[in-house]
Amino acid sequence: MRPVYIAGVALTPIGEHWELSLRDLACEAALKALEKAEVERIDALYVANMGAAPLQSQLHLGALMADALGLYGLPAMRVEAAQASGGVAVHEANLAVASGLYDSVLVVGVEKMSDALPLEVRSALAMAEDQEYTAYTGVTDVGLCALLHRLYMERYEAKPEEVAALAAISHEHAVGCPHAQYPFRVSVEKILSSPMEADPIHMLECSGIGDGAAALVLTADRGDVEIAASTVAVDHFFLTERSDPLILEAVRTASKRAYERAGISPRDIDLVELHDSTTIIGILSLEDLGFVEKGFGARYVSEGNVRRDGELPVNTFGGLKARGNPVGATGVYQVAEIALQLLGEAGRCQVEDAEVGVAENLGGVASTASITILRRH
Amino acid sequence: MSVPRYWREIKYRYRLIGELCTECGAIIFPRRRLCPHCGCRELEECKLSETGTVLSWTVIQHPPKGYEKYAPYVVALIKLDDGAQILSQVVDVEPEEMRVGLRVEATFRRVREDGSSGIIEYGYKFRPIIEEP
Repeated sequence: MRPVYIAGVALTPIGEHWELSLRDLACEAALKALEKAEVERIDALYVANMGAAPLQSQLHLGALMADALGLYGLPAMRVEAAQASGGVAVHEANLAVASGLYDSVLVVGVEKMSDALPLEVRSALAMAEDQEYTAYTGVTDVGLCALLHRLYMERYEAKPEEVAALAAISHEHAVGCPHAQYPFRVSVEKILSSPMEADPIHMLECSGIGDGAAALVLTADRGDVEIAASTVAVDHFFLTERSDPLILEAVRTASKRAYERAGISPRDIDLVELHDSTTIIGILSLEDLGFVEKGFGARYVSEGNVRRDGELPVNTFGGLKARGNPVGATGVYQVAEIALQLLGEAGRCQVEDAEVGVAENLGGVASTASITILRRH
Repeated sequence: MSVPRYWREIKYRYRLIGELCTECGAIIFPRRRLCPHCGCRELEECKLSETGTVLSWTVIQHPPKGYEKYAPYVVALIKLDDGAQILSQVVDVEPEEMRVGLRVEATFRRVREDGSSGIIEYGYKFRPIIEEP
């Protein structure tokens, strides 16, 4: 396997883009990334997307986006792993270049959620779970997280304000981020006084609904940022079958494998983009990525260690909570953001002297975990 | 909802039928082709306990399509008395009465309707146990 580098990165602002279609959004990010990358040609296209089938009645995104980009003749495909589609697409693209099969490939993550009613979006997100026995109960993706949130607070005596601190810090980090959907501060008090989405999870502890696209060009030509490792692991699909639902086993497995492959330990990591679709999933992730002991994640966060100037900068552009969570595109946003940090192009969100960053992207309640580690050269 | 897709789950949803792994003794629900714990393919159908204890619960305020008229409703992670775990709505209870450790029993209920001319889907939900004197 040969080293793979990130040659070009582009992001669209996340929001309600009423005037832009799924295709427009993808093209906006992809064309910008291609311009920046200056590669001779693209050998393959990977489109990361979760919801175009239920939300736009659109499948066949590989050929559709290749056509829109004028990339005829190359292999093109959609990669879908629910909310982890972006991370898994980056992984597949990385493998294709690392293997020597392709020299330069384009990954574009795109999601357009504002076309549908919130009710339809919730049903689309619930498609990440088994339809016959999980979604059948009427539980939502936030509802499943809520079961874990309550268990966590009971078992580890974590306080609501300690868990909610992750959302407040993420919002703090999004201030000044040009592509963030919610670039403003929100206090822990305000978060905990927002209406319940699924008890004990408040509305302001959940990521929102947004449109966005992010694109990356991966290449074998030497560049400034290398993909030190990308891994994917899956867990028991049913929460009811996991021996301990508060352990995200897929995160443990994928991150352990990624650290080994990159030849590093969690201590060597300078910044993290977490999959904080809800605050509790972000907290459990911090623990299972190996940064904090199980049960101490919420306290670690509330002590401010994950601030941009803290011990372990987390969600440096706002994370899923404040940057936004256009589900199928989110994993590509995360990797793009780490690359921007390592290139020193993070603007007001810049973390000083970062060399190694990790992105964690999850599908369902961590039924799929994708880990990407980037390193600056 | 297509009729066969609904029909093929009836036995399991109406009667709480799961499987027993002949190798490791795990009780498995819903049914599948191999034991998720030991990989054994020799599984025997079995009836699940109809009583259990709430391990965790939530109140769905914003439901997905098809469940609007039931909201808000309680969904719980339940440990059945035979050791299996199940996800289910808990009914005949106010959210304020919910607590971890609550004893519950299975009950047969309407789950959702497919418009005004589609099929009406039924299945299990759980409710608090009221003890006999």
